[in-house]
Amino acid sequence: MITETWDWIARVAEWGAANWSHPGDPDRGVLPRLAEHMRLSYLSILIGLALALPLGLACVRWKRLYPPVLTGVNVLYAVPSIALFFLMLPYTGFSDWTAVVPLALYTLVILLPNVVDGLRQVPDHVRQAAVAMGFGPLRRLVYVETPVAVPVIIAGLRVASVATISMVSVASLVGLGGLGRLILSDGFRRQFDAPIVIGIVLTVLLAFVTDAVLVIARRLLTPWARGSGGGGGLPRRRRRAAVPAGAGAAAGPEAADAERARHPAQTGTTAKERRPWTS
Amino acid sequence: MDILTDLLAWFADPAQWTGDTGIPARVGEHVHYSLLGLLLSAAVAVPLGLLTGHTGVGGFLTTSLANFARALPTIGVLFLIVLAAGIGLVPVLCALVALAVPPILVNTHEGVRGVEPRLRDAALGMGMRGHQVLLRLELPVAVPLILIGMRTAAVQVVATATIAAYVGVGGLGRYIVDGQARQDLTMMLGGSALVVLLAVLTTLLFAGLRRLLVAPGLRAGAVA
Repeated sequence: MITETWDWIARVAEWGAANWSHPGDPDRGVLPRLAEHMRLSYLSILIGLALALPLGLACVRWKRLYPPVLTGVNVLYAVPSIALFFLMLPYTGFSDWTAVVPLALYTLVILLPNVVDGLRQVPDHVRQAAVAMGFGPLRRLVYVETPVAVPVIIAGLRVASVATISMVSVASLVGLGGLGRLILSDGFRRQFDAPIVIGIVLTVLLAFVTDAVLVIARRLLTPWARGSGGGGGLPRRRRRAAVPAGAGAAAGPEAADAERARHPAQTGTTAKERRPWTS
Repeated sequence: MDILTDLLAWFADPAQWTGDTGIPARVGEHVHYSLLGLLLSAAVAVPLGLLTGHTGVGGFLTTSLANFARALPTIGVLFLIVLAAGIGLVPVLCALVALAVPPILVNTHEGVRGVEPRLRDAALGMGMRGHQVLLRLELPVAVPLILIGMRTAAVQVVATATIAAYVGVGGLGRYIVDGQARQDLTMMLGGSALVVLLAVLTTLLFAGLRRLLVAPGLRAGAVA
C-alpha cells in the first residue's frame, strides 16, 4: 500500500517535471498555465482592491450609501461563479476579462467591508490629534487613517486572494482558468490523474505563498503593530468594544455573531484570532 | 435586450416545463443533489465541530483544515474523484461534501468555543454534566454561527452542483453543458439564471431557519 502510494506520487511528480515547459511551444506545459493562473488571479485581486478603496471611502464619507452597496455586493456574490462566467461570454468572448470581471466583483464582498471597517475603526483621538496637528482631510486620509486601516484591509486581501486563486480554476469551463485548464483539458478529458493532481497542488501552493507574501507585506507596512502579536491589535480592541461588558449574558454571543455576519472577512483574518467562516 | 426577450421566450416555452429534461425535473435533480450533499456534510461536520469545540481538542486541526480547504480548487477535487471512482452520484456527493464540511465544521467549532466562560461556569455550577452543558447551553448558543456556516456551504453547494452535469448526472448544469455544446446561448443563460435563483432562495431559506431555530433569548440582542 505504501509503496503503491509512493509510486503514484513519483509518477505524478515525474509527469509534472517532464511537462513543466515545452521550449518549442510556449503555450504548452505546466509553467504557462501557472503564469496564466497568477495573471488572472492577481489582476482580479488588484482590480477588486482598486474598486474597493474608493468605494469604501465613499461609503465612509456618505454613510447612507453603505447598506445598499453592501447588499448589492452580497447579492452579486450569491451568483455562482460558473453562471457568471457564462453570462460574461457574450460580452467579452474568450478574453481574460470573462474571468477577471466576475472574480474582481467577488473580491468586493470581502474587501469592501474590510476597507469600510478599517477606516471606521480609526480611533477618534487619533483623528483629533491629526486635526490638531494641522492635517487637512486629504493628508489625514493618506498619512493617518489609511495606515491605521492597513491591517484590516490586508486581512481582507488575504481571504480574498485565497478564494480568488482557488476560484480561477472554474473559469476553465469557459476556456480560461490557468491551472484549471490543466485539470480539465490535460487531466479530465484525457482521463489522466497526474495533471489534475499537479493542478490542485500548485493552486494550493500558490494560495499559500500569496498569503505569506501578504503577511510579510503587513509586517513591513505596519511596523508599529509588531510588538502586539501582529496586526490584530486594533480590530481586536474594536471587537471587544462591540460586546459591552454590561450587556446581558445572552446578548453577548449574539451581538458578536451579528457583528461577524455584517463583517464577513473581519473575523477570519489573523491566525491568532478566531476564524468563523462567513463567505 | 435581445438576449432578455430570448430568455423570456425560453422560459415561456411550455415544452420546457414538462418531461424528464424539463425545468421542474432539472431543478428537482439539482435540489436533490444539493440537499443530499448538504445534509451529509452537516451530519459529519456538526457533531465533529461540537466535539472539538466542547473538548477544545483539535482546534488547530480545524483551523488548518479550513485554510487548506479555502485554497482547494473544487473542480480539481471533483474531477479527481470522478477519475478514481467513475461517473455517478457518489463522486459528485464526495466533492460536494468535501466542499461543504469545512465551513460548517469551523463555524460549529468556533460557535461552541465562543460561548462565554461565565455561562459555562454557571451551567456547571447548576450541576449540569458535560453532555448537558453541550446540548443545553453550547449548542443553542452556537446555532446562529452554525447556520451561517451552513448557509455559506449551501450556496457553494448549489453553485457547484452545476458541475455535476459535466460528469453526467444531470441537474441545472445540463442546460449550461448542452447549451455550450449546441452554441445555444439562451439555454446557457436560462440555466445560469435558474442556478442564481436557487442560490438566492437558499439564502432566504436560511434567513427563515434563523428565525425558527435561534432561541428567543439570543434573538433579543439581534437588533442589527
